[in-house]
Amino acid sequence: MAITEAPRIVTSRLVHDDSHTLQRYLDTGGYAGLRKALTMTPAAVAAEVDAASLLGRGGAGFPAGRKWSMLRQGPLPYLVVNGDESEPATFKDHLLIERDPHQLIEGVVIAAYALQVSRAFIYVRGEFALGLERVQAALDDAYDHGALGRDVFGSGFSLDVVVHPGAGAYICGEETALIESLEGKRGFPRIKPPYFPAAIGLYGEPTVVNNVETMSNLPWIMSNGAAAFTALGAGRSTGTRLFALAGHVRNPGVYELEMVKTTFRDLIFAPVLGGGMIGGRQLKAIIPGGVSAPWLGPEHLDTPLGQDEVADLHTMLGSGSIVAMDDTTCVVRAAWRITRFFWRESCGQCTPCREGSGWLEKILRRIESGAGREADLDVLMDTCDAIAPGVSWPPQQTTICVLGSSIPSSIASAIRMFRDEFLVHVKEGACPYG
Amino acid sequence: MSHLSSDVMARARQLLALYPHPRSALIPICHLAQEQDGWLRPQAIEEIAQLVGLTPAEVLGTASFYDMLHTEPVGRYLVAVCTNIACMLRGAYELLEHAEEHLGVCTGATTADGMFTLEDAECLADCGRAPCLQVNHRFFGDLTNATFDALVADLRAGRLDDDVPHHGTLLRVRRRHELQVDDRTIAAERQERAAADASAGGAGAPGGSR
Ligand SMILES: Cc1cc2nc3c(=O)[nH]c(=O)nc-3n(C[C@H](O)[C@H](O)[C@H](O)COP(=O)(O)O)c2cc1C
Ligand code: SF4
Ligand code: FES
Repeated sequence: MAITEAPRIVTSRLVHDDSHTLQRYLDTGGYAGLRKALTMTPAAVAAEVDAASLLGRGGAGFPAGRKWSMLRQGPLPYLVVNGDESEPATFKDHLLIERDPHQLIEGVVIAAYALQVSRAFIYVRGEFALGLERVQAALDDAYDHGALGRDVFGSGFSLDVVVHPGAGAYICGEETALIESLEGKRGFPRIKPPYFPAAIGLYGEPTVVNNVETMSNLPWIMSNGAAAFTALGAGRSTGTRLFALAGHVRNPGVYELEMVKTTFRDLIFAPVLGGGMIGGRQLKAIIPGGVSAPWLGPEHLDTPLGQDEVADLHTMLGSGSIVAMDDTTCVVRAAWRITRFFWRESCGQCTPCREGSGWLEKILRRIESGAGREADLDVLMDTCDAIAPGVSWPPQQTTICVLGSSIPSSIASAIRMFRDEFLVHVKEGACPYG
Repeated sequence: MSHLSSDVMARARQLLALYPHPRSALIPICHLAQEQDGWLRPQAIEEIAQLVGLTPAEVLGTASFYDMLHTEPVGRYLVAVCTNIACMLRGAYELLEHAEEHLGVCTGATTADGMFTLEDAECLADCGRAPCLQVNHRFFGDLTNATFDALVADLRAGRLDDDVPHHGTLLRVRRRHELQVDDRTIAAERQERAAADASAGGAGAPGGSR
């Protein structure tokens, strides 16, 4: 199987138990990328990142270099790092935050230098108590080391970084909700346009929001150069990516893989990766890219793990999480649980999202419990259509943020792929899986 | 005498100094108040409102949005069992059912002795160790009914007091450094430089200068 010899870019230190300490970081080449960046002009650093074609790792896959170039010129721009990681089955930033906080901080200083930002915030999901402790300790050590604060490494560049805790709300991962939350408000996504906080962001100032994994790639890119990064992967999908593999596999976990060179099959079945399905059972369906994404089937196993390759299947690589479900899975129950998540986490601003998610959750629960009617399938699809007309991919947008328009994905997938299973629930008045 | 202890007050003031606008410190300060009381008592909300320059209603309005901020008392240990998709596929609901029986409460309730509040949580970003849970926001994974019971026994006996503090997400998050960069000065300098560049007719790219 084609597991490539690609270097580990963001997980190289995780073999060490003390990977989160400054000492280990320095012993393994830490802060060399930043030192190199500081010998270049900010514009040259930004150009290097642009040349690397570093796609954002938070879900939307927007190129970091391009996002940076959109930052409105203003006296007080901000950099905000999104460490809210709450997309179901996504657990890679959690690892980077707890196990390699200095790599994240070094990335933040490099980005801040390129953007000429003097204040950055790292928003860490509130539930990551240990992660918050580790990032704060690493920040303090970085100040002591001269990598932060006034006159970073004697370069004349100055930067303060503040770690900010969330308090339990999935929607605060959406970048405009995250900004509202950072301003001390309810996590209500902002109405677009403006589409990018680069125009109007934190406190109304121009702001770049980037994901933790995106930032964590920067030290390697600066040390090794954009060419070494683009030598990995293919097309727009360069470098490596963290894939969080979960569900019915023998070895769930986070795997760093070269983009495009490995397939879903490699990830799920290779003995050194997922190790195949538990008990040798059959794969039934795959959820790629987080629960907002339409599902795939075993027939898609040979698709390469690349942004555009997965998009061609009318779904997305999203946050890099992959859930494998085996043949003992009740897909009605799976769709119900995902819908219940959206219903609980909807911020409530938009009617289709707030009301639609609740109706869908109730109908799915009714079908799952055996009290469904045949017409329920049509009601489900009609409701999905009311939320995102056409129930296509990418979904049509009727709501302030894409949480709402993502609700139909799992339901539409489940019905499209397993309509018979829904009908069995209805006809037999019970779940065939017990 | 204020309701919030002098230590909490001092830490709250440190937090306020980290942000250009005091309201940004609201959520972190709410975490501190919960560290003291276990939940957001009305007296705490009033004092937080004064600290950040809002009304108590505004503080409550923000706090009530967030799952981790409690406007009613909770048990000493908040046991949050993840039941989202990855954990569900690996037996989370069976674990939750067992937890209800073992603790003698239904999901959402607190045991009579005030020790445990049981919750059904959304994905905790620890899906590689499904089924998993958090106790006061510290992780425990790869659970079985037996390891769950052992965990509860350890908590009851106080054997995990170091790993699982009674309350307080930010208990050990204590920033040592004050802010070092006066960004207003930097902004003023930048504007001056940009103006100088413009009057000199140079290609003044503020993003490209230090
Ligand atoms: C409902 C919703 C939840 C999101 N959650 C996260 C998250 O937890 N972490 C994250 O980095 N991005 C999340 N995003 C994407 C962010 O809005 C944003 O695109 C991202 O942080 C940008 O960083 P990147 O360009 O480096 O990927 C979410 C988006 C939506 C619509
Ligand atoms: S789509 Fe849903 S989560 Fe997004 S802003 Fe509207 S109500 Fe809130
Ligand atoms: S689904 Fe349970 S931790 Fe992610």
